[in-house]
Amino acid sequence: MWSFFHKLGSPPWLYAISGSILRWLLPATLLALAVGLAWGLLFTGPEARQGNSYRIIYIHVPAAVVALAGYYVMAIAGAVNLIWKMKMADVAMKSAAPIGAALTFIALVTGAIWGKPTWGTWWVWDARITSMLILLFLYLGVLALYEAFDNKAAAGKACAVLSLVGMVNIPIIYKSVDWWYSLHQPASIKFIGQSTIDSSMLHPLLLMIAAFYALFTCCLLLNMRAELLQREARTNWVKKLAVAADSRG
Amino acid sequence: MTRPGALAFSARVLRRQLVLAVRRPVEIGNPLLFFAMVVALFPLGLGPAPAQLSLFAPGILWIIALLSNLLTSDAVFRGDFEDGALEQLLLAPQPLFLSVLAYICAHWLVTGLLLALVSPVFAVMLHMAPAGIAALVLSLLLGTAVLSLVGGIGAALTVGLRRGGMLISLLILPLYMPVLIFGSAAVQAALSGLAAGPYLAILGAMLCLGMALAPLAIAAALRISVDA
Repeated sequence: MWSFFHKLGSPPWLYAISGSILRWLLPATLLALAVGLAWGLLFTGPEARQGNSYRIIYIHVPAAVVALAGYYVMAIAGAVNLIWKMKMADVAMKSAAPIGAALTFIALVTGAIWGKPTWGTWWVWDARITSMLILLFLYLGVLALYEAFDNKAAAGKACAVLSLVGMVNIPIIYKSVDWWYSLHQPASIKFIGQSTIDSSMLHPLLLMIAAFYALFTCCLLLNMRAELLQREARTNWVKKLAVAADSRG
Repeated sequence: MTRPGALAFSARVLRRQLVLAVRRPVEIGNPLLFFAMVVALFPLGLGPAPAQLSLFAPGILWIIALLSNLLTSDAVFRGDFEDGALEQLLLAPQPLFLSVLAYICAHWLVTGLLLALVSPVFAVMLHMAPAGIAALVLSLLLGTAVLSLVGGIGAALTVGLRRGGMLISLLILPLYMPVLIFGSAAVQAALSGLAAGPYLAILGAMLCLGMALAPLAIAAALRISVDA
């Protein structure tokens, strides 16, 4: 157990292990995305009142769910970096921020596209939508703060503090549809009790959520590998990799 | 010389910050002047019709309070960072939590408190109904204290950066938003004859949470900024 923990601190080990994870995770993710999209878009019936426009939930809901989870990944990685001074956690935090921002943006844009035919407007200042917009600002704030520091070790720690402070917002976003009476419908998928979504629509949706989690993991690992190579560009193991890649053509 | 205890030390820090502020009275006046000027922008931009202005007055006053807090937050630690006093504070054996709280308290006393006290004048200028004035002052008293605490986090994170001004707004405006929501909601509730108490209670809860947690974040951020 502890040797695993120590190995996590080693860039070449992390680079190698993430490579072997990606070798099967990336194809599996793409397959799950393809199957989930085809299932949701082609093989489920239209919704009783919304017709076909509801199908955007197969993108919108997974993106929103993983955007929130991504913030936790970023903040917890930041905390690990602050507490145990683990550099790889800093790499993870820095790599998670742009992915989370992109997912939040996708959730907002798909929500707007769905809102136009359904609510008759692109945008409403509703509790959940506004708090997702704040989430996007939090992600972008972390990215902006990271860029502002010349000293990248300090940048990582400062961003970790900022993302921990911003974590106050996440339960508010998550619960906003239950706490405030808002235009955005309350959560349909429930872990306790009966879900308020038909199982023929629920199953592809759950597959898409799982696929988006996997996609987040793939993007995170790919981003981390790029960041590792950049940070360790002067070390021997990166040079060896570069030479090996060069000789392969 | 005996070493002052933690509370005596932070009381001295507070006194020092206040003395520094009082010696430059113009800088205490600046946020108030800013407040007055931005209030004057709204009748120019929205038109001087009293009905319209009174409708937007709670939101306008709260947004201006938020902006003037934002603009003054940037300077909370900057002077002491530049002359090295901050480094001495970090080296001091007394807990940083309390001395940071003293800095924030001093900032609130010379900005938020004064803004809350003069806000009725501007409320009258914007034709706000008298029913909302008590809620406005109370919500500003509580809310600006939360803003000062949150602003302190932003100030501590950016104190070592040369181009901090724009960045600090990007970092802390998202965190200001919940305060704005409940602050202006308190005034609007009072204006429409409902109880402002629940909103003020939430602001008070935010203040408790902020006082307990924000100094930790500020202290950590100051150490990072001074190390960098």
